[in-house]
This record gives sequence, C-alpha cells and structure tokens, in this order.
Amino acid sequence: MWKLLQIELFKIYRRPRTYIAFGAITAMIAIIQLGLKVDGKEYMEFVMADLGSTFSFEGNLLNGYFVCFVLLNLLLIHVPLLISLIAADMISGEANMGTLRLLLTKPISRTEFILAKFFASAIYTLTLLIWLAVLALFVSIAVFGTDDMFVMKNYYAVQISADDVFWRYVGAFGFAALAMITVAALGFFLSLFAENSIGPIVATISVIIVTTILSTMSIPLFNAIKPYLFTTHMVTWKEFFDEKVDAENNVIKGTIENPDRIITSVIVLSLHIVAFVGASIWVFKKKDVLS
Amino acid sequence: MKIFFRIALVLLTACSIQLKAISQDMMPLIKKVKEKLDKVNDYTASGTMKTDVAFIKAPLGKVTVYYKKPNKFKLKKDGGISILPKGGVTVTMNNILNEKDFIAISAGKQMIGSFMTTVVKLVPTSDKSDVVLSTLYIDETDNVIRKAQTTTKENGTYEIEMSYGKYLAYGLPDKMTFSFNTKDYKMPKGVTLDFGDEDKAKKEAAKAKKGKIEITYSSYTINKGVDDSVFSK
Repeated sequence: MWKLLQIELFKIYRRPRTYIAFGAITAMIAIIQLGLKVDGKEYMEFVMADLGSTFSFEGNLLNGYFVCFVLLNLLLIHVPLLISLIAADMISGEANMGTLRLLLTKPISRTEFILAKFFASAIYTLTLLIWLAVLALFVSIAVFGTDDMFVMKNYYAVQISADDVFWRYVGAFGFAALAMITVAALGFFLSLFAENSIGPIVATISVIIVTTILSTMSIPLFNAIKPYLFTTHMVTWKEFFDEKVDAENNVIKGTIENPDRIITSVIVLSLHIVAFVGASIWVFKKKDVLS
Repeated sequence: MKIFFRIALVLLTACSIQLKAISQDMMPLIKKVKEKLDKVNDYTASGTMKTDVAFIKAPLGKVTVYYKKPNKFKLKKDGGISILPKGGVTVTMNNILNEKDFIAISAGKQMIGSFMTTVVKLVPTSDKSDVVLSTLYIDETDNVIRKAQTTTKENGTYEIEMSYGKYLAYGLPDKMTFSFNTKDYKMPKGVTLDFGDEDKAKKEAAKAKKGKIEITYSSYTINKGVDDSVFSK
C-alpha cells in the first residue's frame, strides 16, 4: 500500500500541470497582497465605512491576520476548481492513457488500488493548502505585520486579540483541508465514470457551482436540503473567527461562539468523504475495466 | 403702546439681572472645581478599557492616558486596536471648564449614586465652541464632578460618569464611563462574504442603542511632565 502511494505521488508531482494550481494560487495571492499594500487604506475605509461614522480606530487594522482572512474568503471558493484538475483525473487519466488495465494486472487488490490513488490526491490537496497557508498567512504577516484581527460580520463585528488569532488559523486551515479533501473525494468518484479527464473535471466543477448556489441562496424551497450539501459546510471555517462573550459583553479569550457548528460540519464532511470513497471502491470493484 | 414697551423693557432687564445672578451664584462652585483640577498640570495614567457596544465584541485592553494643560489628551492602547467613539473619550472635564465664555445656570439638586450633587448647566456664549450644552453634576462636599452630559455640534451627546478614590484630592477619577449613542450597524453580504443564515438575536443587537466605554485607572503619575511628542503621534 505504501509503495503504491509512493508511485501515485511520484506520478502526480512529475506532471507539469500539477503545478498550475500552485502557480495560480501564487499569482492570485500576490495580486491581492499588492493591491492591499498599495491601496489598502481606501479598502479599509470602504469596509469600515459603517462603523467609521461613529467610531475612530487606532492601530494596524490592515494587518497580516486580516489580509489572510480576506484571502481565504476569496480563494477557498476557487481552490476546489484547482483540486478537481488532479482528483478528477486520477482514474479517468489512467483509462485515457490505456494504463488502467495494465495496472490491474499487478498483484494488488482493487480496494488497495483505489485507496492509494485517493490518498495521493488527498496529499496533493494538503500540499496545495499548505502552500496557500504559507503565502496567505506567513507572507501576509511578513508584509503587513500583526495586530488584533477585526472581523466584520453582517450584524456585528469581532475584535480578536493578536495573541488569540494564530490557533484559530491552525483550526481554520485544518477544517479547510477536510473541506477540500471532500472535493477531492467527489472528483475522484466522478473520475470512475469516464475514459477522459475533461468530463469528470467539468462535472466536479459543475456540482460545486450548483451546490454552492443552493447553499448561499436563502430560498425556503432549498432550505430543507441545505444542511445535507457539503458546500453549505465548507464555509464553516469562519466560525473559528467568532468569540463568546459573557453576560457583561466581555470577550472570553480562547473561545469559539458556535463550536457545535464546526463539529456538525466536520461530521457531515467526513461522512461525504467516507461515502464518496466507499462508493468509489464499490463501483470500481464491480467495474469491467476495458481500457 | 408706550406702556407696552415700558413693561417689556422692565421684564427684559429683570430677566437679564436674574440670569446674571444665577450665573454668578454658580461661578464660585465651578471655580472651586476648576481650582482642584488646576492642581494637575499633566498626568500619565494606566488602566484597563472595556468597550461595551451591543454589536461589537471587543476584548478588554490595557491603556495609557496622557494629559497636559490646557487641553491635550491622548489615549493609547498598549498593543492592539482601540475602538473609541468619535470625539467623546477625549472630552475631559478640563476641556469643558476651560471654555472661557459660558453662562452657568443652576438646575437644582440630584442624587448620583449615594452622592447629593448640584446640577449646573453650562451654555457657551461663543458660536465657535463645539460644545452646545454641558450639564454638570457637582459634588459640593468634595468639589468634584460626578457626572457630566455634553452635547456637541459634531459628535452628538455624551454622558461621562466618574467615581473617585485614591486621587480625589486632584479631582482625578478611578473610573470613567463614557456613554454615547450608536447608529444602526449593517454590513452588506457582498462586503463580509458571510452568506450564512441570519441570526435574529444578532440582527436585533445591531440596532441603534447606547454604547459605553469604561476606563478603570490603576495608577496616575501626576505633574512629572509629559512630552509633547506623545500627543502628535
């Protein structure tokens, strides 16, 4: 199994297109960081306009923690598209090249084969997220410095002390990893049904777009299905950036306002991963491999 | 007609004499309060600041406050971002009493906590003053202001409540509470990118209410000099 995983990882990381996602993320983050560095003051005035009419702020509002939060808000919607480029190619790519049947002539079970391929795509997803974390968090801290983090929500704002932020990002990136592995599992599952990569990649992206629209629209008809859609739970990483307050409106440091939402989302996403991978094994075991 | 003008003239004269009398009555009390505050040329105070606004979750912060005569004031949070109501926190008692041209009108007595206070309304006579009206609740026993309400042209109405302890001799409070009015808070989802379901309790909290800033001072360093550069940063 370990040997199989090593082979799959080697195949992923030697392909030039693997690095398209890394390049795209680097370019997007660099553009946003440059924009905020040059015109960050105007951006902050726009964001804080509502509060700014009553309050004056002193301190480094546009700090690395805030910039990372903006980047994650913008990018975690698009990263699934980049992940599907690799995950949705894992089986269909082999079928397209005609190497799938050849691989299965080796003395390995189909379950081991599927698991090795899935774990390889999950590791690729993790490396992509680590790269995102390095650029979005650590480079932003280096460029913009640190201070308290100010998070604007629809009906309230949260100020998180600088020494209470880092662990929240560790949690948020850990949660994002689970969300992105769910996307990888979906793409991987769909790759079983085609003999070229385009179909599963487009199908994965389409499923993500449609379910994201259903998750974000506040239409009563769709509200019943929302809790079961994985895209509804993919944005729960934001819950790490909300704090509890006591009866006197004093922030309780080191707390999360709704930890139950995070736990629910972790369970739902984990069930999706198990379901997609389990279904992949089941389908692949029954599949008549002809290519 | 002549009789009407004579009556009007007599009434006007009587009113102005009475107003002057009221003003003069209150001036010795204000002078006593001012004399106490005038003992302080400058101070550096450290303490903690609590921001209590329904739609802002903010942590307690350590602050350092600098003051220098006649009206230089600076509040600095020791690390972190400070959120202050526009103009309000920098309104000190010295600012109010340093106004040279005002009319002081007695408005009776009122209990503030367990202290009986004399209510004095200060109306600036100059059009240039930002302050429209100040109401001071003066404790005549200790010659300190226990509460003040100030209405400004630019930043609305503020209420400042003070409790005294160790530094009563200088008229410097141990705790100051600034109350102010807040506007409705609502951010578009396109800005917050927060597309989750709306929480009715949070929505209710965002409506305009009173906000408070509480500063609890732990120590003062009085008349040891404060560099002017502190106020320009």
